[in-house]
Amino acid sequence: MQTTNRLKPFFENITFDREDNTMVVNFGPQHPSAHGQLRLMLELQGEEVVKANPDVGYLHRGIEKLGENMIYNEFLPTTDRMDYIASTSNNYGYALAIEKLIGVEAPRRAEIIRTMLLEINRIISHLFWLATHALDVGAMSIFLYAFREREFAMDLMEDYCGARLTHSAVRIGGVPLDLPENWTTDLENFMSVLTSQIPVYEGLLTNNRIWRMRLENVGVISKEMAKSWGVSGVALRGSGVKWDLRKEMPYGLYPELDFDIPVANTCDSYGRYKCYMAEMYESMKILRQLIPMYKKSDSQLMAHAPSYLSASKEDIMTQNYSLMQHFVLVTQGMRPPVGEVYVATESPKGELGFMVVSDGTPYPYKLKCRAPSFWHTGLLQDLLPGHQLADVVTIIGNLNIVFGEIDR
Amino acid sequence: MRAYKPKNDLQKKSYYNDRFFVTPQLEKKSVFSDSTFSADYLSLKNIVDIQDSYIQLDHLVIYINHTDNLKAIKHLKSIRAYDFMMELSAIDYVAQRGGFEIFYELLSTTKHKRIRVKTFIREEQAIESVDSLFRMADWSEREMYDMYGVKVNNHPNLKRILMPDDWHGHPLRKSYPLQGDEAASWYEVDQIFGKEARQTIGAELRDAACVDRYDTQRFARLGHEVPKGVEISEGNEPNTPIRYQEEGGVQLFGKKLVTPFDEMEKTVLKERR
Repeated sequence: MQTTNRLKPFFENITFDREDNTMVVNFGPQHPSAHGQLRLMLELQGEEVVKANPDVGYLHRGIEKLGENMIYNEFLPTTDRMDYIASTSNNYGYALAIEKLIGVEAPRRAEIIRTMLLEINRIISHLFWLATHALDVGAMSIFLYAFREREFAMDLMEDYCGARLTHSAVRIGGVPLDLPENWTTDLENFMSVLTSQIPVYEGLLTNNRIWRMRLENVGVISKEMAKSWGVSGVALRGSGVKWDLRKEMPYGLYPELDFDIPVANTCDSYGRYKCYMAEMYESMKILRQLIPMYKKSDSQLMAHAPSYLSASKEDIMTQNYSLMQHFVLVTQGMRPPVGEVYVATESPKGELGFMVVSDGTPYPYKLKCRAPSFWHTGLLQDLLPGHQLADVVTIIGNLNIVFGEIDR
Repeated sequence: MRAYKPKNDLQKKSYYNDRFFVTPQLEKKSVFSDSTFSADYLSLKNIVDIQDSYIQLDHLVIYINHTDNLKAIKHLKSIRAYDFMMELSAIDYVAQRGGFEIFYELLSTTKHKRIRVKTFIREEQAIESVDSLFRMADWSEREMYDMYGVKVNNHPNLKRILMPDDWHGHPLRKSYPLQGDEAASWYEVDQIFGKEARQTIGAELRDAACVDRYDTQRFARLGHEVPKGVEISEGNEPNTPIRYQEEGGVQLFGKKLVTPFDEMEKTVLKERR
């Protein structure tokens, strides 16, 4: 660590003019293919990368620090700003962790709505990934097609919660609202559109000569490397490890649902692309099962736990005791039991974990968000050497990293 | 007498605590209530000294000495099939116990189980890096060093990761101030222009909702626009009534404008010419 002062300012210690044949290239932090504020310092030998050093932190807002100084309910909208492409998955991960801490289970209808939102978010995220990744690699039209369908999915989210990007659609202990009228019909319409459109994307890409040349055998993550780097999500399944938390360590409604986990054994970018496309079909399979489950379910939306959660609005407005409890919970916050909890969920990017240490006060003593993209970015320093400069863009796009959750 | 507040914990505290409120505790089950965990525990017990162990919310929690971390995690990885390290960080207990608790969150994909290995180090002590076992520790330990200032021995590249390299202090410590950090609030100004420029540039406006109606440099007079940079103060504000297009009917093609645009009247245009 350098000690800096006015006479000796901070020196980054990178020599761009070098004696040997390598050249240092600063990739980012404002590079459009860096998918956010990623700065990559690449050492190149000709066109080949010999050393890569990712530099992150340009979007650091101290979300964990914010969380430690907010009451539990206050923090929920902040989690939206982590993986902002699929924000309900963050809300859900956090809400599930706190529910486990306080020992509350969301009612069935709330769980069904949450699972619907999660799978729509997964589709939104995967469509976004496909669009931007293909754009990086050079396919412009796929970007427009995928964004069109993503827009329909965002409209569904907007119909439900009013927001398009930062949803905050989940509460600790349930969901705030029931589905609007005809929402399930809209969902079915959307799915029929998407079912007809995914083959179009695949027709444009899967056997496209350029697409295959750019993706096949590029960014090969071996099984050992993936395990060592804590890689999760599609990047892990693309490396031949059949590990999806929804199936292997299920939570919520997932044990009841029937779906498959796409796995690729090629370990390269193309295998991961195949997994992403297959996962969208699986998400739709889940959504189709949820619609009849929703219709059969009871109408309760929030769990009943007076010491931790406010009563329904109707009770608050009519019953004195509920109003008092609501007042205390809003001004002071809930006081969960003393203990620690780590809950991991399968977000579109990978294993999203929330570690909460409670000391019995209304503020979490320690809150750690395990964001999958953080290690997917760290992986770049082992993955990029040996690749061509043009492949760097493919690999960054293919790993589906989002800077909101890397920098937190 | 006022309650004692430790100086090394500056975090937000509950403003009211009921004297008679008894905080519930999460249940700590015995290690032997789960067959997989008890086998792991007994196997690990032969290798390192275990201070405490229990099962809490489906997690086996094991406390070890901080010198044993590499040995214990190596054993769990190679013999007990905990093939993933999912998370690694510190918890600040400097105010209470003068040190940090460091936890390693391990996952076994074959056994579908999670273990949390915890250890305590004092503030001035350093911990051994587990980078040789899990590469993910490279970035996690950097983050831990950056956020808490926990020193890590034998780390390949121990430098800050999220904060700038020349930042002072470690932001996730409980002693890190929530407000009033002088160096932090002037960081950009000091770096780019030097300390002398603080006077000229002025403090950052942190209140996003604050609108200064006499500020003519920024977009602060929406609806009451005046030419940019015009000096106005209380008392000599120009009369700029808001005009809506709807006044006197929405303008149609071919009809006269509601407020006709007189090019020669406009001061802004005159200034530009």
